[in-house]
Amino acid sequence: MSLLEIKDLHAGIDGNEILKGINLKIGPGEIHAIMGRNGSGKTTTANIIMGHPDFEVEKGDVLLEGESLLELEAWERARKGVFLSFQYPQAVPGLQVGNFLRKSVASIRGEGEAKGSGFREGLTAAMEALDIPRSFMSRYVNDGFSGGEKKRFEILQLMLLRPRLAVLDETDSGLDIDGIRTVSEGVNAAIRGTESGALIITHYSRILEHVQPDVVHVLLDGKIVSSGGPELATKLEEKGYEWLKQ
Amino acid sequence: MEENSDARVAVGEYKAGWHDPEESTIRFDFGLSEEVVREISSLKNEPQWMTEVRVKAFKHFSERKMPTWGNMSMLEEIDFDKICYYLRSSESTEKDWEDVPEDIRNTFERLGIPEAEQKWLSGVTAQYESEAVYHSIREDLESQGVIFLDMDSGLREYPDLVKKWFCSVVPYSDNKFSALNTAVWSGGSFIYVPEGVHVEMPVQAYFRINAKNMGQFERTLIIADKGSSIHYVEGCTAPTYSTDSLHSAVVELIALPGSHIRYSTIQNWSANVYNLVTKRGIAHENAKIEWVDGNIGSKLTMKYPAVILKGEGSHAEVISVAYSGAGQHQDAGAKIHHLASNTTSKILSKSISKNGGRGSYRGMVTVSPKADNCKLNVVCDALILDEGSRSDTYPTMEVANPTARCEHEASVSKVSDEQLFYLMSRGHSEEESLAMIVNGFFEPFTRELPMEYAVELNQLMALEMEGSIG
Repeated sequence: MSLLEIKDLHAGIDGNEILKGINLKIGPGEIHAIMGRNGSGKTTTANIIMGHPDFEVEKGDVLLEGESLLELEAWERARKGVFLSFQYPQAVPGLQVGNFLRKSVASIRGEGEAKGSGFREGLTAAMEALDIPRSFMSRYVNDGFSGGEKKRFEILQLMLLRPRLAVLDETDSGLDIDGIRTVSEGVNAAIRGTESGALIITHYSRILEHVQPDVVHVLLDGKIVSSGGPELATKLEEKGYEWLKQ
Repeated sequence: MEENSDARVAVGEYKAGWHDPEESTIRFDFGLSEEVVREISSLKNEPQWMTEVRVKAFKHFSERKMPTWGNMSMLEEIDFDKICYYLRSSESTEKDWEDVPEDIRNTFERLGIPEAEQKWLSGVTAQYESEAVYHSIREDLESQGVIFLDMDSGLREYPDLVKKWFCSVVPYSDNKFSALNTAVWSGGSFIYVPEGVHVEMPVQAYFRINAKNMGQFERTLIIADKGSSIHYVEGCTAPTYSTDSLHSAVVELIALPGSHIRYSTIQNWSANVYNLVTKRGIAHENAKIEWVDGNIGSKLTMKYPAVILKGEGSHAEVISVAYSGAGQHQDAGAKIHHLASNTTSKILSKSISKNGGRGSYRGMVTVSPKADNCKLNVVCDALILDEGSRSDTYPTMEVANPTARCEHEASVSKVSDEQLFYLMSRGHSEEESLAMIVNGFFEPFTRELPMEYAVELNQLMALEMEGSIG
């Protein structure tokens, strides 16, 4: 059974159809990438999978391990194992990073996982892997974070929440080369060698050099127009998107 | 049961809304007159001077007009003839919870007071209607000369100290409600901390109104002698009734040179209580007064904790939060007067309004011409949770000395859908997510509270957020 299956998905916002019939299957342990230009429907795809209330699904289905997600609220999807690394993570002044992580782990993985030395050790290891200093814990969630800090924090959450399916929306944007490498290592650690899967949404092939995708899809005007191996990303980098239009 | 369904809706899951059967030993008829005032005084066997102050205050109250600002239409609804001005439910103030009448003891147990006392307090006074029913202080503090009594006992045992300071910070003629309180006051706390003594753990007063149409008028006087320090914490709740009750307290703080008084309040009256309180302190040389003031409950609160910075180098802080739900108006803020040089002050006000509630920040900071090199910092933030809720800001700064450094910031924000979606994507329900945002907004306040209170406040706010998602 597929980990994630998207079937003939038509969806949009405020009555505008953005996705015009998407089909996609991700198996356990696989990493897929969706590439496309601005406005092609990449972020809409991410929002639909996570359950953003502003987006409407007109037709089709999104299934996690055979079960439709569409009737579930975002928090219910999160508890079933869906994770979204946001393009623009939101600041919550006054909410401490440490408390927030503990509460999120408790909600998604269970109270027992958010307590004791197991939690602390996992947290310390993930922070070291991502080059996040200890002082980060007492800051407020995304409040005053630099672009790079926000992205690292998203991946820290990915590593701690251990989702079945991770969707990464433009995680590489706003990161320098070192940042991309660090974040990519985090993604690899969270997904590779597990039964989980990931969908990486990106403009550029840079992150895909560090997180080798099994399949690359090209999204153009709300449809997947081409799918292939990692070489497709390289080709897009060289030739752009125009050639796919024919 | 007299609980009114509208009031229930208004306060959401108000957890302290039960009431005991009314068993009073003395209950006055509704209404106020000079006779009532004299009777309260004679019942308490007070010295002549106090009776006279009460009567003068009563006359002033009768003549004084209602404030012409704040929520005037709500103020006009107060019917002073339908309030009970004195109600005694227990014969005496006990030192052992076992001796407190069972109903009353159960109420305080449900509110968690005896438990808190054992764990982390230096002393407790519990007031039920007009009188303190329980009072206790740790022996080591008593042996260091710390006086912590209910106000009536304070007047009996230390008449000279009380006479010296009573009305010295808040004259009865200050406003209509300070006059009312001075005329009919009963209960409250009297505290004296001797020179150089530091009371490490907080002392707490808890005020409970049980009867319908009750007026509670406690009077608190705290004197911190040179170089001493104390943290006083007060909490309050009342049953939910369909008719209104009135709580009108006066609190006077005297911080003598080099002393430190911190006064923390979590006001959680039910949504049928008018809460019209005058709180003011005088800070002498290098003294520090802090008001930490949380207003969650009540129908209308009008309260502006004040500090008069009288001595050089003194410091004032007023940190407050206000939550206004359906039918509620929290008109709160701060007043600080810089009368001496090198004085500093900080005001932080945070208000949340929801379900049509109204929050107002009303603040005044003045610097007198003679006060050089003063520093003032005012920050007020409002968070509005839905359409139809309201937030207003009425800041006043009168700075008559050019060397003053003033900072003022104000912000009004709304909870965004994107913020909620972000938190929900981490497994938190919409209500939990909203509570996280709200508690985060209040965090600069809660971190000033003792841990136990901070936890309680967060839980209280989580309850207020329940059922708020339509």
